Amino acid sequence: MEIVKLEGIASQVRRDIVRMVSAVNSGHPGGSLGCTDFLTFLYFEAMNHSATPFSMDGKNEDLFFLSNGHISPVWYSILARSGYFPVAELGTFRKLSSRLQGHPSTDKKLPGIRMASGSLGQGLSNALGAAQTKKLNNDSSTIFTLHGDGELQEGQIWEAAMYAAANKVDNIIATIDFNGRQIDGDVENVLSLGNLEAKWEAFGWEVLSMNGHDFENIREIMTLAKSKLGNGKPIVIIMKTEMGQGVDFMVGSHKWHGIAPNAEQLEEALKQLEETLGDY
Amino acid sequence: MSFEVLGNKDTRSGFGEGLSELGKTNIDVVALCADLTGSLKMDAFQKDHPERFFQVGIAEANMMGMAAGMTIGGKIPFTGTFANFSTGRVYDQIRQSIAYSQKNVKICASHAGLTLGEDGATHQILEDIGMMRMLPNMTVIVPADFNQTKQATIAIAKHYGPVYLRFGRPVMPIFVKPDAEFIIGKADVLQEGTDVTIIACGHLVWKSIEAAKILSEQGISVELINMHTIKPLDAAAILKSVAKTSCVVTAEEHMRNGGLGEAVAQVLGEHLPRPHEFIAVNDTFGESGSPMELMTKYVIDTQNVVAAALKAISRK
Repeated sequence: MEIVKLEGIASQVRRDIVRMVSAVNSGHPGGSLGCTDFLTFLYFEAMNHSATPFSMDGKNEDLFFLSNGHISPVWYSILARSGYFPVAELGTFRKLSSRLQGHPSTDKKLPGIRMASGSLGQGLSNALGAAQTKKLNNDSSTIFTLHGDGELQEGQIWEAAMYAAANKVDNIIATIDFNGRQIDGDVENVLSLGNLEAKWEAFGWEVLSMNGHDFENIREIMTLAKSKLGNGKPIVIIMKTEMGQGVDFMVGSHKWHGIAPNAEQLEEALKQLEETLGDY
Repeated sequence: MSFEVLGNKDTRSGFGEGLSELGKTNIDVVALCADLTGSLKMDAFQKDHPERFFQVGIAEANMMGMAAGMTIGGKIPFTGTFANFSTGRVYDQIRQSIAYSQKNVKICASHAGLTLGEDGATHQILEDIGMMRMLPNMTVIVPADFNQTKQATIAIAKHYGPVYLRFGRPVMPIFVKPDAEFIIGKADVLQEGTDVTIIACGHLVWKSIEAAKILSEQGISVELINMHTIKPLDAAAILKSVAKTSCVVTAEEHMRNGGLGEAVAQVLGEHLPRPHEFIAVNDTFGESGSPMELMTKYVIDTQNVVAAALKAISRK
């Protein structure tokens, strides 16, 4: 897909995100805006996937697991814009009886979601299980994941990391949203991750770095990552992003992790984001 | 009615045999273990189906998360570790990735309760039934002996949805027929009677059989129910029996809080309040000792069931 088209989709997704969280005065815009470009590329170019009909088993499809479930707004927008469910349903986000729960869940049968997430640190294990089942089924598709950087403070992540390398789970590409921010402030100050690249390398993973806001670089690194599949090592991409990317007064601050813009702020944000596909 | 003892074995071996049989009959069954393959008797499955056996190391949270993920694509994962590490250690992983996500995972838990024995209270979980029955979508099964554990293991593979299967370490008498049918959610009425209903699960079923014999010698007619499925609970069987006997004893190797007794009391309190005596551990941790010494010390032994039955009858 042409880069300009990907940029157009990303702009619309960012509009969806700020409108969704503003409408219910809750949700997590910061990380959602920061991961918009990556998820746009994943769903509109990188993954082989089927929106309709949606199949929970996803046989012969690439699968995506969102481990940091609080950035549900970006995922919901991407899924709707990919055809998994009507775009108009984005207007029900976080409202009573909606399929678009605050954090992603399967129990209301929203197409595109295969696992609940929100309580952090579980998605890598889920993805490894799905990856092992792919191998048992002789299914050569790929498992993709996304994790927050703060989320890496959870111990289960490192249990999973150890398992994946020891067992040569090499049909998985994990991505870390390395924005350096978490609720209480900078990751460096809350609980430093130390040398993150060296940690993953020491755990036996193939480590790549990527600029999460440059589609050319995303394409280059994702292509490189795919070329390394099947080589006996799991792959992780440390993706540099800015929380709040695309909205000037949100960018780079942890304050917009879990705060929604008010009406005035929403208007200001929408001025900066072109409506390319039509608002829901 | 007398119960023929068909042999003596541990319930965990029933799980091991059931899993081994499933390995041969159901290609979708996979097994995960957290460094307790021998203790869980998963060796046969591991040997016969190495490609479907996943050793995860001492990392139970990752095991539960992986099991949930393995269902995507149609596998039926059976996880194996001690009951403590199958529940308390990984409650949030089970809650989000398995129960809330409605995944077809079978959580198979050995060494439950006091009869784990000498390792002591760190490993003797007495809260697991309560934790698991509180989770929406979870089925909770506590089979009574070796044969029933094997039958339950095979039965849960055919049932779609999350299951908690609880069994134990000690060698106990076998009394369930090897060809008995295991129906999830259907209580086994082992003996009909008119004076008192005893509802038991797990190792306390055998203790209750012994108690019923002693009571019978005193001229007391016991209706004895093996409540192998704690959730969904066979409320109809409870109400039918207690309507006849007008008093009940529940017996389990678990805390009073959250266990079988509480589940039964909920049914009776709502529909048919009657005198109810509880044989269960009463808000205390266990300790080191031999399994049978511990059952005596923590008053969940045969004589305690007898005394509870007499007290329940006296309260009518």
